[in-house]
Parts: sequence; C-alpha cells; structure tokens
Amino acid sequence: MTDGPADEAGPLLRVRGLTKHFPVRGGPVRAVDGLDFEVRAGETLGLVGESGCGKSTTGRLLVRLLEPTGGSIEFAGHDLTHAGRRHLRPLRGQLQIIFQDPYASLNPRHPVGRIIAMPLRVNRIDPPGGTRARVRELMERVGLNPEHHNRYPHEFSGGQRQRVGIARALATEPRLVVADEPVSALDVSIQAQVVNLLRRLHRDLGLALVLISHDLAVVRHLCQRVAVMYLGRIVEIGDRDDIYHRPQHPYTRALLAAVPHVGQFGPAGRLRLTGEAPTPLDPPSGCRFRTRCPRARERCAVEEPALVRRDGGGQATACHFPGPDPLPAEPVRAMA
Amino acid sequence: MSLSPAAGPVPAAIGSGGTAGPPRDRRGAGHSPGRLAWLRLRADRTALASGAALVLFLLVALAAPLIELTYGIGPRDQFQDRLDGFGLPLGRAGGVSGEHFFGLEPRLGRDIFIRLVYGLRTSLFVALAAAVLTSVIGVVLGTLAGYLGGWLDAVVTWITDLTLALPFLVVALVLPPMLTLRFYGQRDTVPAAFGVGVLIVIFAVFGWTGTARLIRGQVIALREREFVAAARASGAGPWHMLFRELLPNLRAPILVSFSLTVPQFVTGEAALSFIGVGLTEETPSFGRMIYQSLEYLQTDPAFVLFPGVVIFALVLAVNLFGDALRDALDPKSAG
Repeated sequence: MTDGPADEAGPLLRVRGLTKHFPVRGGPVRAVDGLDFEVRAGETLGLVGESGCGKSTTGRLLVRLLEPTGGSIEFAGHDLTHAGRRHLRPLRGQLQIIFQDPYASLNPRHPVGRIIAMPLRVNRIDPPGGTRARVRELMERVGLNPEHHNRYPHEFSGGQRQRVGIARALATEPRLVVADEPVSALDVSIQAQVVNLLRRLHRDLGLALVLISHDLAVVRHLCQRVAVMYLGRIVEIGDRDDIYHRPQHPYTRALLAAVPHVGQFGPAGRLRLTGEAPTPLDPPSGCRFRTRCPRARERCAVEEPALVRRDGGGQATACHFPGPDPLPAEPVRAMA
Repeated sequence: MSLSPAAGPVPAAIGSGGTAGPPRDRRGAGHSPGRLAWLRLRADRTALASGAALVLFLLVALAAPLIELTYGIGPRDQFQDRLDGFGLPLGRAGGVSGEHFFGLEPRLGRDIFIRLVYGLRTSLFVALAAAVLTSVIGVVLGTLAGYLGGWLDAVVTWITDLTLALPFLVVALVLPPMLTLRFYGQRDTVPAAFGVGVLIVIFAVFGWTGTARLIRGQVIALREREFVAAARASGAGPWHMLFRELLPNLRAPILVSFSLTVPQFVTGEAALSFIGVGLTEETPSFGRMIYQSLEYLQTDPAFVLFPGVVIFALVLAVNLFGDALRDALDPKSAG
C-alpha cells in the first residue's frame, strides 16, 4: 500500500458535487446530481434510499466503473474523477466492490479459487506465501472451506457465492470496499450471516465500507454514518444514531416510518409516503422531495435547499423546514 | 447458471450441483460447466449414436488411402469389362458384388465405394475447413464488435448486412471461373486443390455472418454481467477481459454454431458441385456423383442411391449431434 503524505491529511474518500447524467432520448437522466460526502479511513457509511434514487450508480462511480459527468472523486489523495485505466491501476487494489447478485457476479466458467485470485492476477500482485496460500486464507476468513477452491460457482449456494465475492474484493487488501446491496439478493436467514461477516471484516481489517442498501436495518447494524438519498441527491447525512433517532428531513422520517415492525425508529405511522418518486428525467424544481412532502410550502418549489449542518453537529439536512416539530403555520400544499 | 434438477439427464452424483451445496467428489474438485455438459452428452443416446456415426465417418475419411490399399481398388480405376454394351454395369443393383461393394459407375466403370470414401474425405475436409474459417472470422468480428462497441460495432454490423445482401448463388456461380481464369490460363490444367480452396473461401465469406451476430449478441449480454464489471473494477485489461472472462463463456455458442455450419457446408459443397461450379471432375465428390447419376436415374438407380444415402446419413448425423451438443451445453434450451 502506498502511504503518500496526502493520505494523512484528509479523509480516505472525498466526493464533491458528484454528478452522473445518462444521455437518453428525451434528455439526460439525472441519476446522480451533485453529491458531497466523505469517508474516513476505517469508517462505514451507509447509502440508503428508494430504488432508482442513484445509490447503485453512486457505487459504480466510486470504483470508476462509470465515469462521472461532473464533480470530483478523490481517493487517498488521488483524483480519480477522470483517471484512465493506467492511472487507476495502482489504486484499483485499494478500492474494491462487492456486487448485489451473487449469481451474476462470479464467472461461471472459473473455479472459485481463480475467481478470488483474479484481482491479484490482474494487478500482477504476488502476495507473500503465494497466491494459493492467499486464496486459502481469504476463503477461511470469509467462512468458506479452503478445500473447495477448485469447485465452480454453480456448486455453491447464494450465501456462499456472496462470500466468494467478498473474498475476491478482499484479495488485494483494499482500504475501501463499496458494497452494493450485498445481501438483498439473499434469503433472510443468510442475510444476517453475511452482514455479520461484513461487520467482522470491518472490525478485523479496518476497512472503510460504503454500504449501499435499501434495508434500513442492515445499514443500522453496519454503519457508523448514514446518508439518505432521494432522486440523485443526499437529503440528509449524519451519524447513525442521529439519523435513526433524530431524523430532521421529512423524507428520512418517512423512510423510517415505513420500516415494518421497527416502530421504535422515529415517529411511526406519522409520516406516510404516497405515490412514486418523480422521474429523474425531469426532477421537480426547488426541493426534489416537495411533490411528496407533507410539509412542502411555496418556498420549496422555488428554492433548492442546501445540505446544511444544524446545531454544529455532524448531521446535515437539505430541507427548508426540517425537524420533527409541527410547522409554525398551516402548511400550504405545493402546486403539484 | 444454475442447474435445475429437471434440466437434463444429469447423473445422480452431480444432480445436487444446483443450489443445494457443493456436490461430493473424491478429490474435492468440482465439476466445471464443461465437464457437466460432457456428462450430459454421454447420457444422451442420440448424441452417442450420432457421435459414433460421426467418428466412423471421420475415420473413414482420414483412412481413405488405407482403405484403398486393403480394398485394392483406386478411385480412378476403371472396370470397362464389367459394363454392358450400353455402358451400364453388369449384375444386380448396379454391379454390386463382393469385389465392388456398391457397384460400378455406368460408362466409366469406376468403383462407387472407393469414390464415396474419397468423396467423404473431400466433403468433410471442405466442410470442416470452411466451418473453422467461418468460426474464426465470426468469433473475432463478433467479439470485437460486441465488446468494443461504438464505431467498430457499426462497421462490423454494416459489413454483416452487406454480406447478407450479396446473392450467394450468383457469386458462387461467377467467382470460381473468374478466379480460375485469373490464376490459370484458358488451357492450363487447374489443380484440384485450387477448386477446393476457392470453395472453402466462398463458404467462409458467406458463412461468418451468423456466427458473428450470435457471438456479438452473447458478448453484449455478458458485458453487462457483474463478473465482467468485477474484473473491470479490479483493473483488468482487454486481454484478460477477452480471453479469461468472455471467451470461456463463449465456448458453448461457438461449438454449437460450428456444429450447425458443418452440415450446411456439406450440402453446400454437394449442391455447388452438382450445378457444376464446385469441384472439378477429378476430385471425388458427392455432388458430382449425384449429378452424373441423374442421367441413369431409370437405367441404373443404384448409382444415385449410394451417394444419396451416404450424404443423407452424414448430414443427419452432424445435425443430430449438433442438437445434442446444444442441449448438453445449455440444458435450458432443450425442448
């Protein structure tokens, strides 16, 4: 690992104004539209939101599977935003991704040992003790029998395959792992095992983790900080306890209220989301959430709220009328 | 790729290889998808029968000179003394005897059996060589177009459409005489290998489009799979992508399209030789034989029977084996 002087100073990952627009007929889809966040070394950040809010696109941007339309991504002091393959190469090993679908993410024609060793091979890394020993060690670490290294993906269950995917991501000893919905394709009974594995790995290896998930329980279990996304924007970001116990943004509150059987998060049943998120082809003016927000007022349609810190704490909210308290005056329904 | 237990006649030992967990194996090694396909193929009776027939055909074609030696008759030997005054073979069924297994050709009196053996050799050589060329061109162009996309994809697609728009028969009728004139004079003798070569080139030039389209589609589908993204996220170069991640997954479609083009070229060779633009008279060929036999359809029906049956059996065997191979490689496509 390269420990440049730039590493010490700032956070491991710094994202500024990150934007990704997909050109389609009818104008660009604003999948990700101006994200700002940071991840410190060894920190876990959860990225939550409804389907289509740009979580997965963000994950793919972070590991540069996609090229951003705008903004910047800085990792360990290196600007990755538009770096080419040659520039990214030395950093690839430090920045890995775990995919959602354990069936699609493993090459069906390769034995799992070769799959796990792929990042080493591609980056021509010869680990101490050899690749074979490293693969054994990784398989043991993620709870797989190392004897099974010459078996093929189809011979494993979904949970085991996801462990293979995790072992592959760990092969190069990364400093940051992006986990894109790592458990949502698994049976509930298996989910807990994989979540606990991720937690143990974070603790033992000191990995920084960006966990992308729509599952608030999983995020609460794994993440120290949480960012809530809506239509390509972060609407609220803060420490886990602040987000779960003192949500300020109406959307965060609605999300928490929507979690079944965990009424203890936030004021259950008080805020209900109706309808679907608007299309990112043509997001609403001003605050993007205003079309579904029970607190929306005229100002929300005109002025886009900035992500601002409140009370000097670590929690930032993008809302004109944040907070759990009822609004001072009767809210005027925004024009649809 | 998960294997549902109902997907095919998988032997019980590996039937649990779906989602239930790793199957038992003596050495702990797993069954690769290729090995599973082989096991399925071995359990398929049609595959076994057609495969055995194919192996027999191949052996006969390869061992043609040996067969000539033991049979004692060459493909150009003439037995005029066994023909009657009209040039028709004496004896029953076109002169079938212990000496001439399939009888004799009328007029020239050549032995049909040994000519069929050499015809098989010609036919299989042309078909296999053309199929190999076709596959190579198709796989290279299809992979590049599918993987790199962009303007290269547009160009390859355009060339594909152009090739498909070319009338095969017209080109096949015009090109060989043109090439022959270009390289040999009006009166020169044209070596047999030249005709064979021209035929292979024509088949390859017209045959690659199907493979290219198939492979292009497969590559585009694979490109979006997450294991490819995983390799890209690890910094894999194009070489690793193509040869380690993509090609191993293209083996099945390549094999299947190969096995489907072979019978096409067998019949193609026969058809072109039949209409007289394929091979020259001195090269033994099914097409030439059937063409000549037409004159004797009423007087010596055995002459058309033997080459007809052999070519039918060959094409049937290749097709059946190709189908079985496809089912074994991709159980989901079976019936």
